[in-house]
Amino acid sequence: MTSHSGKIRILIAKPGLDGHDRGAKVVARALRDAGFEVIYTGLRQTPEMIAESALQEDVDLVGLSILSGAHLDLFPQIVGKLREKGLDKVKVFAGGIIPEEDISTLQKMGISAVFGPGTSTQDIIRFVKETLGS
Amino acid sequence: MITDIESYPRDLAAQVLQGERRAIARILSLVEDGQPPAREVLANLYSHTGKAHLIGVTGPPGAGKSTLLLGLAKEFRARGKKVGIVAVDPSSPLSGGALLGDRIRMQELTADGGVFIRSMAARGHLGGLALATSDAVKILDAAGYEIIFIETVGAGQAEVEIASEAHTTMVVEAPGLGDEIQALKSGILEVGDIFVVNKSDREGAEATLSALRFMLKTEENRPSSKWQPPLIKAVATKGEGVLEIADALQKHLAYLKESGEWEERNRMRSEQEVMRILGAELLSRLRGRLEGESWAAILSQVAERKLDPYRAAEELLAELPLPSE
Repeated sequence: MTSHSGKIRILIAKPGLDGHDRGAKVVARALRDAGFEVIYTGLRQTPEMIAESALQEDVDLVGLSILSGAHLDLFPQIVGKLREKGLDKVKVFAGGIIPEEDISTLQKMGISAVFGPGTSTQDIIRFVKETLGS
Repeated sequence: MITDIESYPRDLAAQVLQGERRAIARILSLVEDGQPPAREVLANLYSHTGKAHLIGVTGPPGAGKSTLLLGLAKEFRARGKKVGIVAVDPSSPLSGGALLGDRIRMQELTADGGVFIRSMAARGHLGGLALATSDAVKILDAAGYEIIFIETVGAGQAEVEIASEAHTTMVVEAPGLGDEIQALKSGILEVGDIFVVNKSDREGAEATLSALRFMLKTEENRPSSKWQPPLIKAVATKGEGVLEIADALQKHLAYLKESGEWEERNRMRSEQEVMRILGAELLSRLRGRLEGESWAAILSQVAERKLDPYRAAEELLAELPLPSE
């Protein structure tokens, strides 16, 4: 995928049992303000719900936000479900509370980028633009 | 494979007809983005459309439309129907982006293979829907979804476009949204086939109900329709009223078929659709020919108040070799 001809659509999802979604909402809003269409699905999403939503909404990217520490368990499940549904080209990025030392493991699991606390939303927007060549 | 999407519109159409969810999702995007293969796919699908019961769901923001849809979708699934949902949210006029949050209340349905939900940004289109909504509905119709809900952007009084798009228009109100007075104004209230007062366990529900009841009584002079719009109380979060609404929707469908209004509404929709496409097509062809010096010259004359816009339009039209009568 060199360049994207239509409107860029991004799913922002919260897997696991986190009790709040402030960070996810900040990112969702920033992406909207950057001109993207953001589908937000709310709290407590299972890997299947996230992958099926990505399919139905035909998104280009999935952004996962997690605070609970279950990322090493949940993220590969989500990537697996996406691939199972044939969504090979959908890139996944993540944010929330993710220890530095887990980042390379996650990247090997198919997560394109990990944004830790304190990341500027501009960095995320830049990542989206670079990834989709827009 | 979907990757060669441009070269195989016919294959894609075939996949949609088989209910292939990924193909459905891809074509919905092509239609939204106005990509060239979309038209051919739609052409291949068109003869398979016209079967679904199209239900518009409109009402002010916060009335509980999405939550009600969750309950209704589950109810129609229990009645053996496949359910499609197209949920429209506004686009930001500044960035062109959109935050589409209708799925939040309906995510439970994602696990059900008999439900397909698609969020759509209005992309600057006014009237409560997106330009591509009617084509999106056709795709779901062709794919075998028997009941298709079209949720409009939180609508006020002017967003009546849904009435010409759907067979049945359901207006959802809630107490305390300032509707006591607004209920008396014309707009969406004139086009509703079914009225729901959601959150009816809240304070002010009786006032909203009686305002609507009064309005419906005085609105009895609907042209050419014998349907009496029911007024239903609901508490969507508790599932109250959902059964009654589902029954009313099926009753309205039966009424449409018996009275001949089904065909009538379909004919009206076809006419409006062809007119809309014709208008857009003509305009884009006109623009294609008009870009040029005289276009710029005439526009600046209008801006400088040397020429009025009506005369400007006439002069521009006069330049065109339109077919003579």
